Amino acid sequence: MTASETASGATVAPTPTPVPAAAALALGDDALVLSHRLGEWAGHAPVLEEEVALANIALDLLGQARVLLSMTGDEDELAYLREERAFRNLQLVEQPNGDFAHTIVRQLYFSTYQHLLYAELAAGDGPFAPLAAKAVKEVAYHRDHAEQWTLRLGDGTEESHERMRRACEALWRFTGEMFRPVEGVEVDGERMESAWLASVGAVLRRATLGVPEGPRSGAWAAGAGRQGLHTESFGRMLAEMQHLHRSHPGASW
Amino acid sequence: MATAAAHQTASTQTYGTGGAVGDTTAYQSVFDAAVAADERIEPRDWMPDAYRATLVRQIAQHAHSEIIGMQPEANWITRAPSLRRKAILMAKVQDEAGHGLYLYSAAETLGTSRDELLDKLHSGRQKYSSIFNYPTLTWADVGAIGWLVDGAAITNQVPLCRCSYGPYARAMVRICKEESFHQRQGYELLLALSNGTPEQHAMAQDAVDRWWWPSLMMFGPPDDESAHSAQSMAWKIKRHSNDELRQRFVDICVPQAESLGLTLPDPDLRWNEERGHHDFGPIDWTEFKEVLKGNGPCNEQRITQRRRAHDEGAWVREAAAAHAAKHSAAQHTGETGAARA
Repeated sequence: MTASETASGATVAPTPTPVPAAAALALGDDALVLSHRLGEWAGHAPVLEEEVALANIALDLLGQARVLLSMTGDEDELAYLREERAFRNLQLVEQPNGDFAHTIVRQLYFSTYQHLLYAELAAGDGPFAPLAAKAVKEVAYHRDHAEQWTLRLGDGTEESHERMRRACEALWRFTGEMFRPVEGVEVDGERMESAWLASVGAVLRRATLGVPEGPRSGAWAAGAGRQGLHTESFGRMLAEMQHLHRSHPGASW
Repeated sequence: MATAAAHQTASTQTYGTGGAVGDTTAYQSVFDAAVAADERIEPRDWMPDAYRATLVRQIAQHAHSEIIGMQPEANWITRAPSLRRKAILMAKVQDEAGHGLYLYSAAETLGTSRDELLDKLHSGRQKYSSIFNYPTLTWADVGAIGWLVDGAAITNQVPLCRCSYGPYARAMVRICKEESFHQRQGYELLLALSNGTPEQHAMAQDAVDRWWWPSLMMFGPPDDESAHSAQSMAWKIKRHSNDELRQRFVDICVPQAESLGLTLPDPDLRWNEERGHHDFGPIDWTEFKEVLKGNGPCNEQRITQRRRAHDEGAWVREAAAAHAAKHSAAQHTGETGAARA
């Protein structure tokens, strides 16, 4: 049952559904920012296969970002000319890469969420359904990649286990934000949250890591990224991303 | 097909009996006949030790160049000025990692391993292309690398698709297709800059000025100073001399530079009616030798970053190996390559 049917109680009109700008920005910024972070790995990955895999995931996300941002404006204007306070991405995706464990846990948390989200959007008939139908296949791969590495590293050596444990704890506080409602994203946040907890919990337990016990968000951070309140490293990331574009106003590339 | 059959027999014998020293002459003549007949030498065929060693050196150096070559371009991924350009650049750097993987696999068919080759790269015992010791200082450098560096690489590599060693030749077919695509993208990037604002045009010209001569050096020393050339040509690993390929490249680039609206930084460059080729000025071989010796602008930085990525990734590779060992038997038959690295 989609929200539009529930709300109207009638068949959806044949006119295309208007794109909710806030939703397109939120989902587009998530993909844009995480893609950028993964792009920072190029030339630094622990094995060549991961150079390929991380770049591949970054490219998928960048493709999604371009579609989503274009739904609500010019992709380059939105990416390069907004200030930090106008970005609507989750705080989770802007977190610095850290070590490989940190990057993998960030991927596990986010790709599990994104997979659940896109599966639900793809099943509906809202404005994001066509994008979600394509992206859900890519994201299934991202999720599998993150899960496999979580198992390898969690249940690998003592060192890899300890690094994973620290990463799981450090990023846990950013996971609550994913399930807060976003205007125009018609999904059941509560249901998605319990599915997410069940899935991530199962992977972490199989990886012998256990589920972190700390808070999944704090009063200090409630819904913060979606409100344009970001963590400190984000501004520096944007400075690097935007400087060339901003140095040549009006130029095309 | 008589040659092929004899060839097969010789290689079978090598594996069967270990091959007495006296047999080598027979194997050698079978090998020579196969090369002369333009047949492909395959991993299980007998081959001269020096042929094997030359191929390992060349394929490894080629693989290392793909891997080190990711760095100057990756340097601009986080600063690419539009999302379209960013996607193109990311895809290109990803392709380079893939090319490195093909080439390490091709080298492994000769009885070495990727680990061993990477170790030689990290310890400076094997080289990579001198071109990647130059820095990418502006966005236009990404275009210049695509147009000139990939262009030179293609000129060098297309003949390798017919190289006598089968696995290398087949890897080159796949690689050349992708390289041509990268080269066109680089050209198109420069064209956009050249036709853009005056600042963009100047940026493009500056990049071409800095990358032109190093690109010409990619073809290696002049023919009369090239140590391995004659033997490689006899073995049909190489098909053309360094100077022939360099001339071909110059002849291709001159009209392309014109249509880009950019100049090449060589006052001696002009068409020679008599030769049917462009004459061009002298190359600074002192600079080339210095870069090869490790004294180029980025030699230290490139190898340090590569070593650091490898060293900092050690715990990941150890974890993957430990995990695979624990779970080897039943459930993980579909383990990724990374787990075996």
